[in-house]
Amino acid sequence: MSDGTETPVVGRGAAVIREIMSGGAARALLSVVAGFVIGAIFMVFSSEEFLAAAQYLTSRPADALGAAWTAIAEGYSALFRGSIYNYTAASFEASIRPMTETLRFAGPLIASGLGVALAFRVGLFNIGASGQLLFGALWATWISTRVELPWGVHLVVAVLVAILGAAAYGAVVGFLKARTGAHEVIVTIMLNYIAAGILTFFFRTPELLREVDGGGTPKSDAPAESAQLPLLLGPEFTLHAGFILAIVGVVVYWWLMERSTIGFRFRMVGHNADAARTAGINVERTFVLAMAVSGAFVGLAAANQALGVRAGLTPDIDGTIGFDAITVALLGSSTAPGVLLAGLLFGAFKAGAPQMQVIGLSPEITGVVQGFIVLFIAAPPLVRAIFRLPPPQKTTVIADWWQKLTTKGDPK
Amino acid sequence: MKLELRRITKRFGALVANDHINLVVNSGEIHALLGENGAGKSTLMNVLYGLYTADEGDIVLDGVVHRFKGPGDAMAAGIGMVHQHFMLIPVFTVAENVVLGHEPTGILDTLDLDTARKLVREISDRFGFEIDPDALVEDLPVGAQQRVEIIKALARDAKVLVLDEPTAVLTPQETDELMGIMKGLAKAGTSIVFITHKLREVQAVADRITVIRLGAVVGEAKPTDSAATLATMMVGRAVDLSVTKKAPKRGEAGLSVAGLTVIGDRNNKVVDDVSFEVHAGEVLAIAGVQGNGQTELAEVLVGLRTPSAGSIHLGKMDITHSSVREVIDAGVGYIPEDRSKDGLVGDFTIAENFMINRSYGPPFAKGLTIDFANRERIAAELINAYDVRTPSQVTLAKKLSGGNQQKVVVARELSRELNLLIASQPTRGVDVGSIEFIHDRIIATREAGKPVVIISTELDEVTSLADRIAVMYRGRIVGIVDAKTSRETLGRMMAGATV
Repeated sequence: MSDGTETPVVGRGAAVIREIMSGGAARALLSVVAGFVIGAIFMVFSSEEFLAAAQYLTSRPADALGAAWTAIAEGYSALFRGSIYNYTAASFEASIRPMTETLRFAGPLIASGLGVALAFRVGLFNIGASGQLLFGALWATWISTRVELPWGVHLVVAVLVAILGAAAYGAVVGFLKARTGAHEVIVTIMLNYIAAGILTFFFRTPELLREVDGGGTPKSDAPAESAQLPLLLGPEFTLHAGFILAIVGVVVYWWLMERSTIGFRFRMVGHNADAARTAGINVERTFVLAMAVSGAFVGLAAANQALGVRAGLTPDIDGTIGFDAITVALLGSSTAPGVLLAGLLFGAFKAGAPQMQVIGLSPEITGVVQGFIVLFIAAPPLVRAIFRLPPPQKTTVIADWWQKLTTKGDPK
Repeated sequence: MKLELRRITKRFGALVANDHINLVVNSGEIHALLGENGAGKSTLMNVLYGLYTADEGDIVLDGVVHRFKGPGDAMAAGIGMVHQHFMLIPVFTVAENVVLGHEPTGILDTLDLDTARKLVREISDRFGFEIDPDALVEDLPVGAQQRVEIIKALARDAKVLVLDEPTAVLTPQETDELMGIMKGLAKAGTSIVFITHKLREVQAVADRITVIRLGAVVGEAKPTDSAATLATMMVGRAVDLSVTKKAPKRGEAGLSVAGLTVIGDRNNKVVDDVSFEVHAGEVLAIAGVQGNGQTELAEVLVGLRTPSAGSIHLGKMDITHSSVREVIDAGVGYIPEDRSKDGLVGDFTIAENFMINRSYGPPFAKGLTIDFANRERIAAELINAYDVRTPSQVTLAKKLSGGNQQKVVVARELSRELNLLIASQPTRGVDVGSIEFIHDRIIATREAGKPVVIISTELDEVTSLADRIAVMYRGRIVGIVDAKTSRETLGRMMAGATV
């Protein structure tokens, strides 16, 4: 029984999240298209040929147009070569290496994206993937560098510890929200700082995790060989089993959210916490559990980051994954296949950006494209305006219509 | 001012919400617009108020054709609207609310509240509203808040006043007062459009009645026409408004409540020392004006609130401190008063909504997985047995009409093995056809020997369903009386008088 005082744990944010999530595949696709168009504009304006031709735009506009087209074509071919298939490479291995790099980058994005997506489905905004990842990676590193275990067992334990560490860190968020009504956005952001601080402290302290014979910079040892995620395609490629973890995550996520009763209750709370409470669901406990499971998926990314390397770790192992995870979840509409595809897309951006730099384009353009895609996703009216989509039908109108349809000529 | 709506047509895609509707409201006339929920009354009034633009047809005021681009135009032309849900700012005073949006200003644009006060006092005195311009709106009873809404409209020189379901939140006495006010306004020349589905009120106050059904005008009726005639026009078939039930076969006490007290969100006693018993095979109705603790009483009975004192027993089982889930598992069916907030998950399908309070085990779950085959079968059975009109069981609940949504809730709650049914406002916002159906089902539950608690603010519903009536006022039960008690007595009790 809930106590008489209602804790304001269910915010208006849930409704906003639902609105953003309800777009479906069509809007996601249109947003990607729009994002690429914006990216093209950036490419055009970073092309020296175009800028030169633009000087005499009025006298020979064809020159400027041609230069613009060349810039776009070259830019996106570079992205393609860098992320999918390098048709200029000398060997077969070199030509497919971009694809494997995309998968390697996509692994942690997908895993952490699933974590954020799960929270979305429960009506929670998990900004704390970064903190959960760091906290999971911290304990995974402890296992991989400070504990000796038999071959096989060592890796399994390290992965499990990464998952449990991240899940525990997520559960703290749910607990604080359920107990005190603290908003999860604030809590997760603050816990990100705390996790980063703790990790650095561990990596700096010799008695804890600092590399043996290390200097003053915070750095850990490389994970023991028995705790490393194995390479999937031999030493020619850097793709490792972290991607398999992500794929397993996608399958588990799908089962959990679409098939299981646990996911059913998660979604119930996300859609209508009041009705869930009335239906006998302990909403507060669901928040704690959901944040823990959300963290567990991020833990897969933590394992990927901590155990997928062959060198010592530095405190910035989360990179931008924590925030990229939010964009992945948003673009993927928080569904399992959606997150998978969105993770692959953004993984391709990460893999392909260096190739763009090779041809003289700023690699940050992919970041801009990624940002715009999510902006379009998060601003449904904007996309509706751009593509002239019809506004969503008002429920009352449909109800009216249905009433009319069903009662017409009713013999009763 | 004479209002004419000429062949107003409003389409939403393929749906014709208003189909060439003609309506003439003469100056100083109370014109009732009678129709079921979803008949198109609200659409028509939104067209009149400038919220929608009509696809065809004209709005004519005193012979002049008007085109409204928004409510501002409609207000300027002399149309005022009192919405079902009040558009007032609770922490503002009456005077502040009345002038909101067109504030009289003094030097340097300072707010001239004296003028505002004078305006309120003047209107209030002219029509006998008895409203203090300096009272905070949140401190006023609902009936008075409604009068503030009317003052708001009159302060803007409304010549045509639209009242949308104005009596839904009022006591019988307040309803009478409102009707007096309506008559006074009409006598002073204001034209009134009175939207309602309550036949008794139409008969009491209307000069003329236009009945609409399925977006089209069915015909005009006179207030002297019988309730059965009006209901038949409104629904399109003969309706049985009375509930037939056998004499009660009272069994053992099914629900015993003793000394129950609940401290509310604002630290006051919202349920105050309430005691009653409901026997097997009996319907106890809890009557009262909205906001007198009935909501909290229902919530404490099903475990959504914790009592600070007292006990609740279901048969011999103490459920005073049970969780909602334990109460559900003990066989308590609960129809909450606000189905879209508490009763349904709008973004879930109908089939999913059938399992929201039984997701932990059979028949809807096998281990940790949803038993989809079973759910599909049960959903099909319930949709059929409870006459839920829907294209499919995977239709989202929010897309159903109010009546069909309520049938989904009723089906879910009554399809379990029950030891007690608690139904809060079971037919609020439900069409007449569905009301009949839901009432029949509730009576069937009683006849099956279950104790039933009905919480309702609709006196008609209370008197037709109940075997005994408990009236709540300010958290207390002022008396438990026989169902045959007169409306007048019940009305007095609802205002706090003890028997």
